[in-house]
Amino acid sequence: MPAQVITITSGKGGVGKTTAVANLAVALASDGSRVVCVDGDIGLRNLDVILGLENRIVYDIVDVIEGRCRLKQAMIKDKRLPNLHLIPAAQTRDKSAVSASDMNRLVKDLRAECDFVLIDSPAGIERGFKNAIAPADRVLVVTNPEVSAVRDADRVIGILEAEEKGPGALIINRLNPALVRRQEMLSADDVLDLLAIELIGIVPEDEGVLIGSNRGTPVALDPKSKAGQAFRNIASRLKGENVPFVELDSGGSLWERIQKLAGRR
Amino acid sequence: MSFLEKLFGKKTSADSAKERLQLVLIHDRTDLTPAELELLRDDLIATISRHVEIDVTAMQFGMEHDGRSQRLVADIPIKSAARRRASSRKPKAR
Repeated sequence: MPAQVITITSGKGGVGKTTAVANLAVALASDGSRVVCVDGDIGLRNLDVILGLENRIVYDIVDVIEGRCRLKQAMIKDKRLPNLHLIPAAQTRDKSAVSASDMNRLVKDLRAECDFVLIDSPAGIERGFKNAIAPADRVLVVTNPEVSAVRDADRVIGILEAEEKGPGALIINRLNPALVRRQEMLSADDVLDLLAIELIGIVPEDEGVLIGSNRGTPVALDPKSKAGQAFRNIASRLKGENVPFVELDSGGSLWERIQKLAGRR
Repeated sequence: MSFLEKLFGKKTSADSAKERLQLVLIHDRTDLTPAELELLRDDLIATISRHVEIDVTAMQFGMEHDGRSQRLVADIPIKSAARRRASSRKPKAR
């Protein structure tokens, strides 16, 4: 099977792009796929710490692009999962060190090495974002059920359509089912109504995500975590499996259900 | 939000968020501000009124969306010919 190149982006910062990349990477790799993650956020490197690989960096993406090392030398192998690799961003350079054609060339070489290339896009819609989507076969847009994140996601989806990168697929991250039940948070259906694109996953808010990032151990490695399960489901959908969406919005106590009914417009 | 507030029809914050986003996204996607939309509405009324008499008070004008594409929808009632004839029979101040 040819490699799939997937870019994860969002427009707004802080919605969980890097967390999504790290978790999808470990979920795909623990299921046997060969995965290479590329940190596209030049100057604001983060994927290395989320994956717990920060102490092993020797070369970075700019070293590869500028010919100071071979591609393989910049691919850091994960200790837990031998078929997971990271190409870190450069920390002391800026976005101008990389062009879209540099990214295309790098990713073309990576396609031969693996089943999935996951590119972590920087926030915003500037050069770093354009570089990150340039080589993508598929783009995942991460958003939170919150007004500014949804608005920015809509801008990004508009740009993806204009650049003919396909409509993208949506990850709704940090959904709080209790708040949705009380109608104090946009539901997944509300967000989908507004953005009108394909949904690929809903990830519930989960303190395990923070704990995992503290330790450098993505939550998808924890079989009991709900957020981890959600990321594993997205990974399966990326491989073409048909995984049903778990209802996160519904449920609650009988009293909450009555309140919800009474509160309906 | 309390049960009583919901019972008496106070809007939930999720509803506010959705309604506000619906408007903001229309303007972001079309690059039309509410003021420009208002101007467009006035131009439309002026143009159509040159050809036929319309009922401006009953007119509907706004953006709708169909998936990710936006649609400008105007529903403009035309005053009936009988009423126009009746009003034209009145002596005109010429």
